[in-house]
Amino acid sequence: MQPSASPAQTSPRANLAGWLYVSPLVLVLVPFFVAPILVVLAASFFATDGFGGLTPGFTLASYVEILHSALTLKLYLATIKFTVLTWVFTLIIGFFVAYFLVFHVRNQLLAIGLFLLCTVPFWTSNIIRMISWIPLLGKEGLINQALLALGVIRQPLEVLLFSDLAVVIAYVHQLTIFMIVPIFNSMARIDKKLIEAAIDAGASRFDIMRLIVVPMSKSGIALGTIFVVSIVMGDFFVVKVMSGGGSASVVSAFYEDVGVLQYPNAAASAVLLTLVLVAIVSLILRTVDIRREITS
Amino acid sequence: MSAVTADMRDTIAPPSTKAIAPSKGNRPWTFYALATLFALYVLALYGPMICIYILSFQDIRGGLVFPMKGQSLHWFVDLFTQVRTGDVKGSFDRSIKLAVIVTIITVVISFLAGLGFRKRFWGDGVVFYMMIGSLVAPGLVLGLGTGLLFQALGLNASWYTSALGAQLSWTLPFGVLVMFAVMSRYNRAWDEAAYDLGASRWQTIWLVIVPVLAPGIVAVALFGFTLSYDEFARSLQTAGSLNTLPLEIWSMTLNVTSPSLYALGTVTTIISFIVIGASLGSIVLIQKRRGRAAEG
Repeated sequence: MQPSASPAQTSPRANLAGWLYVSPLVLVLVPFFVAPILVVLAASFFATDGFGGLTPGFTLASYVEILHSALTLKLYLATIKFTVLTWVFTLIIGFFVAYFLVFHVRNQLLAIGLFLLCTVPFWTSNIIRMISWIPLLGKEGLINQALLALGVIRQPLEVLLFSDLAVVIAYVHQLTIFMIVPIFNSMARIDKKLIEAAIDAGASRFDIMRLIVVPMSKSGIALGTIFVVSIVMGDFFVVKVMSGGGSASVVSAFYEDVGVLQYPNAAASAVLLTLVLVAIVSLILRTVDIRREITS
Repeated sequence: MSAVTADMRDTIAPPSTKAIAPSKGNRPWTFYALATLFALYVLALYGPMICIYILSFQDIRGGLVFPMKGQSLHWFVDLFTQVRTGDVKGSFDRSIKLAVIVTIITVVISFLAGLGFRKRFWGDGVVFYMMIGSLVAPGLVLGLGTGLLFQALGLNASWYTSALGAQLSWTLPFGVLVMFAVMSRYNRAWDEAAYDLGASRWQTIWLVIVPVLAPGIVAVALFGFTLSYDEFARSLQTAGSLNTLPLEIWSMTLNVTSPSLYALGTVTTIISFIVIGASLGSIVLIQKRRGRAAEG
């Protein structure tokens, strides 16, 4: 135990000052994060008249319906499939892009410039970036045109757009940045002397990767994973648009439920999803002290 | 043995450079492999977006895919004059106004929270994890909860009340996290120096901390503006009867199949790029001025 890090030993004055500084943040998060979550939790126990009216009460009917429905399992399997595929691709691409920028680009200014080049699209519209795949992946899109011209295929490929493949492509396109930034941060903190020492001791590049770079990037990987997993599991519009309505995920079903005013069912499924998400995130948090990682 | 290490030392980068790769002489094959990966990533990142910008400049015969049919500004005019594409101009105005309000609030609250989190205080973990929760919670679920909450309280949902709050629940966690990164480089001895010279707490914040952290504060503003301007999932159930721009784009993706969708993508991306350029430009400018002041 480090005495300085223990909050129990802080003075009342420091507590008051701390709370004064964060009070505006709390005043926004309580009504717009805590309260809505509680409202959804409450709504999941309510009964509905089927027209959007909610009858306060306590019934587990919505949960029973959801847990008994074969659709729920299908939706979760689809969501997990998208999450795992997206996670694998964003991790591989994100890790090696970060590795390239930190360890292979010799000029630091150039490395920062290339890093910014990767981050700029993050600040633009996700929906626009998603629909920008249409001219490429469509039936008459560039990829089909190119493949036809090369004689690789005779018929245009239909699986490129409005398919599960398109959904995963759109996710990877949007979310790789969430892996690159935290992994880049952890890698940039690795002391280069450590790697020189490893080379001096006769380690191969693969050994350095396996024994130094990967273990020391773990916290970045964990942070990136939290971002990617929570965004994919909470997404509905990429699934809806890029699958052309052919696939659904937990939240896109939630969206349909809300559309037909089935609030209790939607709320129960949201509560279930939140529990799953909390379980996954806390599992990841056991491997890394996120707060120390971010604040120090 | 010593000859071997001496020989190796020549091929190892001196401590001042970033790369493990030798700073002189041949690059390892991994450099070329990863450079290719990086180039492909950047191509996939920007390629599709560039396609839709080009396609938005077609004439009236234009379609959603290549080849390009003529060149004109037809679809941009169409976007702002046609009724069938919806109220683009109005939603544009609202989104910009909302983004400005969100930016100001995000900067102020994130800055104060950043100051608060510099010291441990009783209950700081609760606030921290509340913030992380707000970041990873599915946006659509939070939006629905906020919408239902307003309904239950008998308040009308609108873009400047419920949607404003819902967007802050998204921009504030990012703002505070960026603030953490910025604060970690702030030396607390500068505070002490200011106090020793007779500065009050507010003078220290206003005359020392704010100017020192100015580039980071600009970065928080960049996050606040762009995340709000492009925010979609949390606004969907909270914006009330008048759409913001991403909601307008969303309804267009579902029913408009002309290049005016691409034109809207081009326009909104130009706005984003102007904001990104102005932010990054002013950060560079501040740093440069500092460099000159330090030299002179």
